[in-house]
Amino acid sequence: MSLADLQNMFLNPDLLERYGPRFIDGLLVTGKLVAISFTLGALLGLLIALGRLSSNRFLRSFTGAYVYFFRGSPLLAQLFLLYYGLGSFKGFWQDVGLWWFFRDAWFCTLLAFTLNTAAYQAEILRGSILSVAQGQREACKALNLSRWTAFRKIILPQSLLVAIGPLGNELILMIKASAIASLVTIYDLMGVTKMAFSRSFDFQVYLWAAVLYLLIVEVVRRSLKLIEGRLGRHLQ
Amino acid sequence: MLDQLSLLSFASGGWGSALLAGALVTIALALSCLPIGLPLGLAVAVAARSKNRWLRAWATTFSTVFRGLPELLTLLIIYYGCQIAAQKILAMMGYDAQVTINTFVAAMVAFSLVFAAFSSEIWLGAFKTIPKGQFEAASALGLSKFTTFRKVVLPQLARIALPGLSNNWLSLLKDTSLVSTISLVDLMRQTNLAVSVTKEPMLFYTVACLGYLFFSAISGRLFAFLERYFSRHQRSVQP
Repeated sequence: MSLADLQNMFLNPDLLERYGPRFIDGLLVTGKLVAISFTLGALLGLLIALGRLSSNRFLRSFTGAYVYFFRGSPLLAQLFLLYYGLGSFKGFWQDVGLWWFFRDAWFCTLLAFTLNTAAYQAEILRGSILSVAQGQREACKALNLSRWTAFRKIILPQSLLVAIGPLGNELILMIKASAIASLVTIYDLMGVTKMAFSRSFDFQVYLWAAVLYLLIVEVVRRSLKLIEGRLGRHLQ
Repeated sequence: MLDQLSLLSFASGGWGSALLAGALVTIALALSCLPIGLPLGLAVAVAARSKNRWLRAWATTFSTVFRGLPELLTLLIIYYGCQIAAQKILAMMGYDAQVTINTFVAAMVAFSLVFAAFSSEIWLGAFKTIPKGQFEAASALGLSKFTTFRKVVLPQLARIALPGLSNNWLSLLKDTSLVSTISLVDLMRQTNLAVSVTKEPMLFYTVACLGYLFFSAISGRLFAFLERYFSRHQRSVQP
């Protein structure tokens, strides 16, 4: 087997020329999907974490049920539930003027991913908030800081330091889970790969996708490690 | 409301028995990943701790690759890849046949590899918590390496690794829903079929979610019991 044969087997130039740009587009879609849903999920997750820690019994049980539901069932089922399930109430959404949202696979996927990652991030943040020593809260009281100031200036910075590792893991899980979006007609990296395979019947496109996913995950993992070390530099 | 519920009945025209059959496939698939996934994960963890450089590199590559790839991609690569590889090998030997691989086996192999990769990290973490003195004491008693592992190390590992393994098990259970994409008729696939026939997506996808929730809840109970069982000798020191 010559070198050219080997190249044709793993990196066919014709195939690369035809589908390379689409892979870049798919990569960008994946990145956008993960970035938006992870950020919105962090905000929602913080609210849910606070709800789980609140003294209001109703709020606590509601957020508890939310987290239990979204962590206990597969993302695929949640996505279908939102996209096909909620999408079936066409008349109702048209009446309230939200049909443009639930008609679009992109928005539904964003919503499903946001709700899902919010549940996981809420648990991470709750754990990290609880990990801040009780003495810190007492000290805030003694200094007569308001509850908001105490949370924003004392509790949150310390808890985020604990949370950053698990949050990074969640980000990586999200990147991997985003491949599911290809099942509702979104052309993310996985969607592009499937399309390229169905047209060319050349298995190497799956290997390209594998390499790209591994590359993203590895880059994210390493940069998170750097950030973690930088944030915790006063602790060493 | 009532005619919606009748769609879920076990009588003819209801989808109850079909969904139940799908749920059994889901459970069977998840359970059948354990006999390969758990020992393989342990083996990878042992390899990652070995003195041999090649063995270590192999273990790291294995766990990096299968933890980094999306489960959907792993599944498709194994499913299509094995078929194409089998066809190529057959073609080389002179046969020209269309090979189709059983979807259940393909899914089992893919998820076992993923489970092994994730559990190897758990085992590795558990290894670190076992003090060196345990190994020294075992060798002072003249125990062989294998006996040391089986009688001294493994019982302690199991207790420490159990919470992490329970997390892995839960994500495995949820990941099995992806096999619906290679048309293995599990709970998710059966739900999709029901939706396409009855046009009741809300009802059936909610039922599917509740089905997975039910399995998660049962597994949670089971693992709580196992954790109590494996730490039974520690009961007196527990607060």
